Amino acid sequence: MSATDVRPARAGAEPARRRRPELPSSVLGLVGLVAFAALLELLPRTGIVSAEYFPPFSEMVRALVEAAGTDRFWAATAETVQAWGIGLGIALVAGIGLGLLIGSVEVLRRFTASTIEFLRPVPSVALIPLAVLLLGLGLQSTLLLVVYASFWQILIQVIYGVQDVDPVARETARSYHLGRWARVRYLIWPTALPYVMTGVRLGAAVALILAVTAGLVGIGTGLGAEIALAQSSNAVPLVYGLVIFTGLLGVVVNLAARVLERRTLAWHSSVRADVGG
Amino acid sequence: MQPVLRWGRTLGYALTLPVVLVTLWWVWSADSTNYYAPPLQTILTTFGDVWFSERLRADVLPSVTRLLIGYTGAVVVGVGLGVLLGANRTLRRVTEPVLEFFRAIPPPALIPILFLFAGIGDTAKVIVIISGAVWPVLLNTVEGVRAVDDVLSDTSRSYGVTGLARLRHLVLPAASPQIVAGMRQALSISIILMVISEMFASTNGLGFSVIQFQRSFAIPEMWSGILLLGLLGFVLSLLFQLFERRTLRWYHGLRRSQLGEN
Repeated sequence: MSATDVRPARAGAEPARRRRPELPSSVLGLVGLVAFAALLELLPRTGIVSAEYFPPFSEMVRALVEAAGTDRFWAATAETVQAWGIGLGIALVAGIGLGLLIGSVEVLRRFTASTIEFLRPVPSVALIPLAVLLLGLGLQSTLLLVVYASFWQILIQVIYGVQDVDPVARETARSYHLGRWARVRYLIWPTALPYVMTGVRLGAAVALILAVTAGLVGIGTGLGAEIALAQSSNAVPLVYGLVIFTGLLGVVVNLAARVLERRTLAWHSSVRADVGG
Repeated sequence: MQPVLRWGRTLGYALTLPVVLVTLWWVWSADSTNYYAPPLQTILTTFGDVWFSERLRADVLPSVTRLLIGYTGAVVVGVGLGVLLGANRTLRRVTEPVLEFFRAIPPPALIPILFLFAGIGDTAKVIVIISGAVWPVLLNTVEGVRAVDDVLSDTSRSYGVTGLARLRHLVLPAASPQIVAGMRQALSISIILMVISEMFASTNGLGFSVIQFQRSFAIPEMWSGILLLGLLGFVLSLLFQLFERRTLRWYHGLRRSQLGEN
């Protein structure tokens, strides 16, 4: 104990107790996952829940593995990922383009604010019947839902981001006579980037939700449609297996978005602090 | 600038574009012969006929009730579990991957599973909403509780603020910006799940009606249903903004002063 440490000895013992070697998060997390899987296995086996509605975990996994051996399964996965990717791409281009424009032109921002605030919370699933009538069943309808849901997330973030430009930096750019494109490239874009990445992260998650939902309600193909089919043919373990698989897909999307965010913003203080702390 | 003038300008900015858009829709659709895009006038007349009638009680009320119960349930469960997990480091690290997995499942995919269990009644739909909307609240609460300021935490401990008082005066207020952000995400997920669960299997409700209208080619009725769902989403988000402004007034004030704006 150093001379400057005036704490009583009893209090000093506290951090020592805390310093007990701790298991790393990855091990603890793995323990959690295994325990959860064991719970899913035991609940139906012991008869606490009916195995008819809730098959043991091993059966869910077996059904999933069996399905994974078929071309049909991978075709469905590809369709879902395709709808997600194209939809998110369109939403990104439109959201970032319009967001930069609206965010940097004061008049536009004022005139569009109320309309954006009105259209943004409109649930995209409300458009399902309209999509079916106007675009029919298929990829186009799915894309309409995916794009509508993720577009607003991205647009709002970009508009916020553009407005966040540091006044001093803006004045500096002005005194150096930076042109319009140079301002967008070196001033507005770097400021807005953290917000854009948040929009990408939120938009990517929402896009996957809608890509699966479209299949579930029967307007698109893909994993959602497979889940609905498995349910109507009473293949209960397969329903669970497919839901687990869409969850894993969701985890991959979330992780990828986070890695992308970290990579693109490695220079930014919010991430740097995050990494350091 | 005079207040009246300023209000006028704000109102002008807010109303111009919506008025232009609605007028364009009205004029463009006025003598529309497209079966799928009836005149706006027809849609609005139908809106009154359809929704200010028996359907208000038979379809709108059940939907909104299920939505509110499910949403409230998700918030209560999410904040409750979140406080528990946020306060316990080991528990948090054990459960984190499992929770992240559940958050990543597209919530509507849970509908077929939950309907297996609970049938297609009101309870099942409420459970669907809770099971989808709880994750953003839960995970944000965990984050918020975990990030409570160390100095504040130690100070309140040395003053003997523990138990419920600690929860009420330290933990919940400190975590509230995160919790409210989670609640905002949960609200839009709840609306999606309300609609989808009714489209998937139901005998009443907004989602059910809209799909019925579409399948029976009652086009103006379908449009009016879409308008109503849009309005519902808008009104709920407006109410949420009011709630957020009240709850987080101190926080926004703090942020502003930290950023050095007035």
